[in-house]
Amino acid sequence: MNIQCNEKPVEIIAKNLAAALVELGYESMQVATAINGEFVPRSMWALTELIPGDHLDVVAPMQGG
Amino acid sequence: MQVYDVTLKSRLLLGTALYPSPAIMLETIRESACEVVTVSLRRESGQGRHGQDFWSLIKRAGVRVLPNTAGCVTAKGAIQTAHMAREVFETSWIKLEVIGENDTLGPDVFGLVEAARVLCSEGFEVFPYTTDDLVVAEKLLDAGCKVLMPWGAPIGSGQGLNNPKALRRMRAHFPEVPLIVDAGVGLPSHAAMAMELGYDAVLLNTAVAKAGDPVSMGRAFAMAIEGGRLAYEADPMAPRDMASPSTPVLGKALQ
Repeated sequence: MNIQCNEKPVEIIAKNLAAALVELGYESMQVATAINGEFVPRSMWALTELIPGDHLDVVAPMQGG
Repeated sequence: MQVYDVTLKSRLLLGTALYPSPAIMLETIRESACEVVTVSLRRESGQGRHGQDFWSLIKRAGVRVLPNTAGCVTAKGAIQTAHMAREVFETSWIKLEVIGENDTLGPDVFGLVEAARVLCSEGFEVFPYTTDDLVVAEKLLDAGCKVLMPWGAPIGSGQGLNNPKALRRMRAHFPEVPLIVDAGVGLPSHAAMAMELGYDAVLLNTAVAKAGDPVSMGRAFAMAIEGGRLAYEADPMAPRDMASPSTPVLGKALQ
């Protein structure tokens, strides 16, 4: 299915968020996620089904002031 | 200094952005002996390593992190970002920023109070980036914040304390609340002034990171903050309008 990951269109086979993150290369990375602007905790990744057109945000640590 | 049941020896909180290199950032953190650094979150692709490398570096520094919600312009965005930060950085501390407009990067205090109320109720320990307005400060405390971080001047401006009288009033009005000047500090003398006013700590980034020699500037800020605090605790003399001779005049032979 087609979803948006960090504002870029991606085609994924995965049906849920946990599998999608592995497919997109985030396995073992320290990241957090939101779908359509709503935070999805790590504990819910495997239980969160994706639907075409979802906007997935994946964020990682970065420098800040 | 005590914030949210954590005791800190250093009263300098440092940002981690804008340094010439990660190595210089790390050395600055070490040489300034700061114990808390601010960090942030940004989108990263599955192929990127930047964030992971940065996080490894910070963990190696052995300091406590204070994640921010920089760049958020709505309460909702800040709340979602805070949740993501708590998961990534494994801390309930959050430097809450809800930016109101871009010229000063001043806080949207309405969104700030709204977000603070939600986050405090969800167990976050909120460090709100706010103004020196006492009414807003009261509402942040009512929301559950146990520390306040008024700005000294617009973020990154290096102007120092634009409104020292308001900051002095804030200190007097909240004698028991930890107060941290956040933003706008450009020189160690600005930080010393904040400490002499009785502020508990200073949070800064650009003034150190964009100095020609960030490591030395970090040390300079640490020394100024320590000196300013010591001066505050030493109970400074009150200023006078008229001169008062310091050398005793009694018994002087010649006029």
